[in-house]
Amino acid sequence: MSPVPGALRSEVARDGETIVFVARDRLLEAMTWLKETPGQEFDYLVDVTAVEFRDRERPLEVVYFLRSLTRLADLRIKVELTASAQLAVDSVWSLWHGADWLEREVFDMFGITFRGHPDLRRILMWETYAEGYPLRKNFPLRGRFSRAEQVRQALNINPEANYSLEELSIAEAAGDLPDDVRDRLRRGERGVVPDLPNP
Amino acid sequence: MKHVAETKEVSGQSPNYLVAKFQDLVNWAVNSSRANSLWPMPFGTACCAIEFMATAASRFDFARFGMERQAFSPRQADVLICAGRLPFKLAPVIRRIYDQMPQPKWVISMGACASTGGVFDNYAMVQGIDTIVPVDVYVPGCPPRPEGLLYGILLLQKKIKGESLFDAVRRREEQPLDDKGLRLPPETTDEISEPFGNSVHQFRSS
Amino acid sequence: MSKRTVELELATPGVDAQGRPVRVPLTAAAELPPPGLAEEHMLVNIGPQHPATHGVLRLVVELDGETVVRCIPHLGYLHSGFEKLGEYRHYNQIIPLTDRTDYLSPMSNNVGFALAAERLMGIEITPRCTVLRVIACEMSRIISHMVWLGTTSIDLGAFTPFLWAFQERERIYDLQEMWTGARLTTSLTRVGGLMADIPDNFVTKLREFTRDFPKTLAEIDRVLTRNAVWAGRTQGVGTLTAAEAINRSLSGPMLRASGVAYDVRKDKPYLGYETYDFDVVVGEHGDVFDRYLVRLEECHQSNRILQQALDRLPDGPINVDDPRVILPSKTRAMSDMEAMIFHFKQVMEGVKAPVGEAYVGIENPKGELGNYLVSDGTAKPVRWRIRPPSFINLSALPRMAEGHLLSDLIAINASVDIVMGEVDR
Repeated sequence: MSPVPGALRSEVARDGETIVFVARDRLLEAMTWLKETPGQEFDYLVDVTAVEFRDRERPLEVVYFLRSLTRLADLRIKVELTASAQLAVDSVWSLWHGADWLEREVFDMFGITFRGHPDLRRILMWETYAEGYPLRKNFPLRGRFSRAEQVRQALNINPEANYSLEELSIAEAAGDLPDDVRDRLRRGERGVVPDLPNP
Repeated sequence: MKHVAETKEVSGQSPNYLVAKFQDLVNWAVNSSRANSLWPMPFGTACCAIEFMATAASRFDFARFGMERQAFSPRQADVLICAGRLPFKLAPVIRRIYDQMPQPKWVISMGACASTGGVFDNYAMVQGIDTIVPVDVYVPGCPPRPEGLLYGILLLQKKIKGESLFDAVRRREEQPLDDKGLRLPPETTDEISEPFGNSVHQFRSS
Repeated sequence: MSKRTVELELATPGVDAQGRPVRVPLTAAAELPPPGLAEEHMLVNIGPQHPATHGVLRLVVELDGETVVRCIPHLGYLHSGFEKLGEYRHYNQIIPLTDRTDYLSPMSNNVGFALAAERLMGIEITPRCTVLRVIACEMSRIISHMVWLGTTSIDLGAFTPFLWAFQERERIYDLQEMWTGARLTTSLTRVGGLMADIPDNFVTKLREFTRDFPKTLAEIDRVLTRNAVWAGRTQGVGTLTAAEAINRSLSGPMLRASGVAYDVRKDKPYLGYETYDFDVVVGEHGDVFDRYLVRLEECHQSNRILQQALDRLPDGPINVDDPRVILPSKTRAMSDMEAMIFHFKQVMEGVKAPVGEAYVGIENPKGELGNYLVSDGTAKPVRWRIRPPSFINLSALPRMAEGHLLSDLIAINASVDIVMGEVDR
């Protein structure tokens, strides 16, 4: 059995790399152990991503690619999340700052929230994007809305709305916003996306 | 080439009167100046922007065709060259840049993605910038060769030389259809964004 | 809000009759703003349409005068849904998509994806294909660094290196066009091999290029490296220590300029890179100047590798001899029943990959480009993840820009060497 704390099982990928499945609630403990234990020393986070399978019975996986530059060793850590339960996992930003934007992207594309992330907002789509989470398998390739509706929604994101409240407070312009723009910004703030009907 | 001027003989002397329609003369002067000195606003997003840069560099050099100065401020530009794919997030940006350009203005849609969406028939991509801004010349290619872009520029110059200053229909005046900024009726947008070929079958995932 | 009277000595005052200067008091009649304006910070928006952001990147900058207090990048303006599209395409249909992510070094992307697909399917490529892919990767490295050099010079005010660099690119473009038919969107590789073998005069022309290229590099070096303006604008700017670079998952020249000697070609070799003789270029200070030196020297090393690869190019087939993976030739497909069936199955259904996953990282000019493929036994991947080096390198920008001037921000942004197609995918 793998020495990683919280390890459930381990596999070998087709490229020869070891994959260790870790329980969701012990993820941060496992990652800290992997980074700080001498002999493990995984000081470099290569990537963070998520996978959803076409078979709806299989859970979503959050995949972490770790590397030790000192030992030149790689490891893949996976956390399984059932789609019906809440899609949330702890953030590893406190260990590797490189996880900052990587986790934001996983949130944007899959809707998985990372607890403890300093700034979890959408990164690739605009903050008030209403169609959903694109890389989920229940999201069609061309999106949920018609093309005309997508154009209309896209043109509606006036560039001022692309300033977050934090940025506007720099210019002390937050007070000048009309009420509906301010509410809309608050709604789109910090990872709170309007709920979508379950398909 | 419009017949601009004709000479008239007066009482046996050598022709010393040139007669032309005022409209033709003004159009010729104005259109030639506009066409031969088009300052592009390079709205370069993706791979086509690299071919645009290659067209600007020494081997192909569109400065020979009048595009001496690339105007990165839309307020000083004549033609908006959208080089590259346009995602929905960038749509209000190009609309605003187009609105900021002073008249007379033209738009060249460079590449397949700017013209129709290209290979990207998905949730993120505008299926052709003509759903957002009116386009004068479409340059196909993925990316178009620099010669292709130059051909498109020459085509635009030809179009400009055929315009008339005295046209009763005011060019480029368009009112948005609704307060959301839509300028084409939704049916038209849906029609020109239709999937091409048999890509309707791409919903299958295996 | 008091009125203040200010007395100034005018520089060129009027003179009175005796030739003595006349002093005139200047009264400020307007209300002067209360002191405190100097402490307010400004919010400035750079982009997404901007000549110096290297693509559609938006930087929201908080300025204290000219000093950057905070820089918040906004991405996604070129998000094209590549990873979603990949789930609806066969493996060979994804190859043209890979050209368009990092469009400055397309052949490198093609090779990266093909290596991942082949690792997933357990395919060994032929020796000739291996060496040709090395040639493709190094050619891509040169053209990517030439774009970087040209555009960074323009950003910092030097226009001529742009023209020199793009002229060298045109020579490589000629070679790419000879080989694949396209200047930029090459789609060179296929799973198990390449789209086509090199034409006859390719080797000669490439050798000529490797002979002449160092002269252009020397010229650029002479113009830029010891230039006071260049050094003044780049030295000490945007420094990142090695520990910070590792913690932020940087890769490629950004990581090596900070002193970390990690190069995927040496440390996790692929395509036989362990048999080539080249140096890993490592910087010392981690500032913009070091990144420039690292990339310039990497061009020299790529040139070296190209010469070695040309010397050892073996004969033989470029495609693996597996009819389930490689399309049989037209004559065989038209004459042999079995070959026709293989052709049909591959075109209609695509090449099926076994269940499993594979990740292959290669040394892209921008950093470590990884392709992670997960398969469920069908011909279309369940998940195609591009590990984007520019995206992760760019996440270090806010940290690098703090405390520098606005014009330094442009230099730092240029030094990250981003290509927005890869950042946003």
